[in-house]
Amino acid sequence: MEPLKPVSPGARIALGAGFFAVFIAAWGVATYGGYVPPLFLASPGKTLLAGWSLLTEFGFLGDIAVTIWRVVGGFLIAAAVAVPLGLLMGAFKPIEAFFEPFLSFARYLPASAFIPLLILWAGVGEAQKLSVIVIGSVFQLVIMVAGVAGATRPDLVEAARTLGSGRLSILRRVVIPAAAPQIAETLRLVLGWAWTYVIVAELIGATSGIGHMIMDSQRLLDTGQMIFGIAVIGIIGLVTDLLFKAANRRLFPWAVL
Amino acid sequence: MSAKTLRIAGVTRTFPTQRRAAPTLALQPTDLSVAPGEFVAILGPSGCGKSTLLRIVAGLDRPTAGQVLLDGTAVAAPGPDRGMVFQSYTLFPWLTVEENIRYGLRERGLPEAQQAEIAARFIARTGLRGFEGHWPRQLSGGMQQRTALARALANDPEILLLDEPFGALDHQTRELMQELLLEIWEADRKTVLFVTHDIDEAIFLANRVLVMSARPGRIKAEVPVPLPYPRDWTMKTIPEFGTLKARLMGEIRDEVRKSLA
Repeated sequence: MEPLKPVSPGARIALGAGFFAVFIAAWGVATYGGYVPPLFLASPGKTLLAGWSLLTEFGFLGDIAVTIWRVVGGFLIAAAVAVPLGLLMGAFKPIEAFFEPFLSFARYLPASAFIPLLILWAGVGEAQKLSVIVIGSVFQLVIMVAGVAGATRPDLVEAARTLGSGRLSILRRVVIPAAAPQIAETLRLVLGWAWTYVIVAELIGATSGIGHMIMDSQRLLDTGQMIFGIAVIGIIGLVTDLLFKAANRRLFPWAVL
Repeated sequence: MSAKTLRIAGVTRTFPTQRRAAPTLALQPTDLSVAPGEFVAILGPSGCGKSTLLRIVAGLDRPTAGQVLLDGTAVAAPGPDRGMVFQSYTLFPWLTVEENIRYGLRERGLPEAQQAEIAARFIARTGLRGFEGHWPRQLSGGMQQRTALARALANDPEILLLDEPFGALDHQTRELMQELLLEIWEADRKTVLFVTHDIDEAIFLANRVLVMSARPGRIKAEVPVPLPYPRDWTMKTIPEFGTLKARLMGEIRDEVRKSLA
């Protein structure tokens, strides 16, 4: 091991899988070895069995689908607002000066604290679930996109001007393409946060979804089901992350990400 | 061929400083006239305001007083009639070499076929054949600056503004780029304003060298270069070249010493 020396791709995968193995082994020792009572923590085998029954008997796939739908829906609404606004703020400083102070305030408002109000306003239906995710991610996203767009290299903007680009053309042909890879990276990050908010939204006043299943399992003290639910979120997160990364590499072959 | 006269009339630039201190004078009132087809080098120590002057001609910076006139019309903003190559690498990283060269043509809304034809011509002239589809990050510094030159030339500007375009290149690449630029200029005779701090480069390329003083900048000497074109590298070894170099070195040394004092 040398400082900063890169690791080969094969070794990287082996090491990454290795820690999963260590983690599951430690879990197995703690549960099968009797160090932790089964009431508090189900063993890996129990968890898998609980997961199997969830999927085959309790329609858990439907819950997963509902939760994914909520995350994607809320995230797309947030992105549809945040990306254009962030780009305009980054490119045009008066627009930034207008919105930035409010956004800096708004992004500290915890989305979960809005849940009682949102239930009052929107009931316990889908609108409320989506609102939690939107509130949780939109302000952060605007600020991050504005930061990325604002960091466009000024010398590229100058070069575009000497080549005949006007204001809107610079936004369209310089600022947006220059910022695109970083914006995609930001979206990937914020999608991860959206998963946190959806579960919080589903813990209260939901009749479906992964979060709702976890709450139900708590009443039955079924730690296997709870752990399985949490693990499913982790797996979905890992898969979307890999998909996002692959898409970014394909979309932006010119960038070194 | 284009034929517009560039006139710089009383152009001055002061930069405001922090906390109510007196503003810094970067450029003293400067007058200059450049005839169509001239190759003028502006030579000066670093920080003398030579880049500021070029940026004002480009329209990227505004003069505090005075104006820049192109055939009598005042210049207020950047435009495709004044092509520029910067010292830093300013190719658009998300466009290939060919797309970079077509940038200004697309901006003007030229038909696809005409864009391709013009781009192909400048790709050939700057020796970039075979690299049309490369991303800028795959190119060496010299190749990137060739692309930047082709990108500026493709717009068919009245004037080419070059701000130390070879300043970041190694010595050998730099000399090859000088010859490439000369070749293009000898064929097209486009007006060129070339900013540099390299004396050899100024003499080798230009038919007139303007020496700028240390900050606040002003044109302190004008040295015609009576060497005939076409020029090649052997020119750098003849006695006349040496005489001119000695004279310019004398002028520059005083200014560098002043700027260090």
